[in-house]
Amino acid sequence: MQDTRTKAFDAMQNADVLVIGGGMFGAAVGYGLARRGLRVTMLDEGDNAFRAARGNFGLVWYQGKGKGMQRYADWTLESIRLWPDFAAELDSETGVNVGYHKPGGLTIATSEKALNARKERIELLRRQAGNKGYDCEFIDRDQVQALFPEIELGPNVIGGSFSPHDGHANPLKLLRALHAGFAWHGGRYLPDQQAVRIERRGRDFVVTTPKDVFGAAKVVIAAGHGVTRLADMVDIRVPLRPERGQLLVTERTRQVLPVPMSGVRQNDEGTVMLGVSNEEVGFDDSTTLDQTQRIARLAIEKFPALRHLRLVRTWGALRILTPDGYPVYAESKTQPGAYALACHSAVTLSAVNANAISYWIAEGVEPEDFDTFRPERFDA
Amino acid sequence: MLKRIDEPARATVTVTIEGEQAAVPEGVSVSAALLMHGLTFTRTTAISQIPRAPYCLMGVCFECLVVVDGVPNVQGCMRIVHQGMNIQRQQGRRTLS
Repeated sequence: MQDTRTKAFDAMQNADVLVIGGGMFGAAVGYGLARRGLRVTMLDEGDNAFRAARGNFGLVWYQGKGKGMQRYADWTLESIRLWPDFAAELDSETGVNVGYHKPGGLTIATSEKALNARKERIELLRRQAGNKGYDCEFIDRDQVQALFPEIELGPNVIGGSFSPHDGHANPLKLLRALHAGFAWHGGRYLPDQQAVRIERRGRDFVVTTPKDVFGAAKVVIAAGHGVTRLADMVDIRVPLRPERGQLLVTERTRQVLPVPMSGVRQNDEGTVMLGVSNEEVGFDDSTTLDQTQRIARLAIEKFPALRHLRLVRTWGALRILTPDGYPVYAESKTQPGAYALACHSAVTLSAVNANAISYWIAEGVEPEDFDTFRPERFDA
Repeated sequence: MLKRIDEPARATVTVTIEGEQAAVPEGVSVSAALLMHGLTFTRTTAISQIPRAPYCLMGVCFECLVVVDGVPNVQGCMRIVHQGMNIQRQQGRRTLS
């Protein structure tokens, strides 16, 4: 007991910010805050946590996003513009090369119906963007084939949409780099410390875990599916639901896919990742044979030669989805200094989360037009 | 260096190892045949191209990967030699053709 109190007291004295959650979102914000010289303690769950951050596909992606919320399309692009420097800084600070490449990205269509649906969606986004423009063009089969000189397209491929803003990175290395960078800047990472309670005590927030008590002037709740429960304690309502996505990864092969696609991409070390599924199955992150087969077939339809590759692993992960699928960024109105953060595209947004969001939390300067991301939009 | 501890098998099969004909005891694994033949490494790694040789010899470590009859990334320790088998080192990442 003596021990616990001493540790809690030290933590109260030493942390400026408590970040709850060590996934892609929490680690990016924690890294950004530590980099600004703040004393940050990051509380994470244990190995049995649902970890979307270890199930990512790894796209750093723009095209197709933001229907009905232009601010999200703009925010995505802000992050993509920061990505080259962000990746370079992580590399120089941590020695971890996250494998970011931005050769543009492609969404391949294998039917007229799919191509027309894609055209409608991109047109809608273009109209919505107005004079900001929407950088995404349609290319035909021959132009798609020209992007892949080393591998033949399947007979059903008729074209696709291409955006120069799209790229990809190795998501596991990104998570590793964020944690290494956080530690390098003096951040304190504590695993197996699941936040149970958040209370306001005077000007501070006190966070209780099964083992300890921590305190700080600010608390950032970036706990994935845990956000709903924890944010409620600081008077922010964040409805979330899990959506399962399954992914497959193959053995390493020589580079054959220089351009990443929604559903098929090759890491720079040679593995090919295949996706994707959208399943409403609650908190079940297991894999199923029917989805594994479906995903493999979809990839082989685009690139028949992929059938020769062995799969080395399949996995499932649970997307963190708000009712409209767009992120939540919100400071508590009744308990300022408490922030709730939740999003699905935490790889793409990691650059802007590490920069603008850490600036917001550290300095109190809210990004422009940020009320858009408040969860009050879900109040009917 | 490597010496069989049982009686040498009477029957042999002829295989091709890195383009060279070799008579190896029938019933041995591809990895054993390569080691008997005196190869000091049997593959190079996928990323850093470091030479490697069979290690666990029981299907676990994947250090013994070779190309067998044109099929890349075959675990040599899990495959028995046959007459006319063509065995090559797995050099770096596999190809896709």
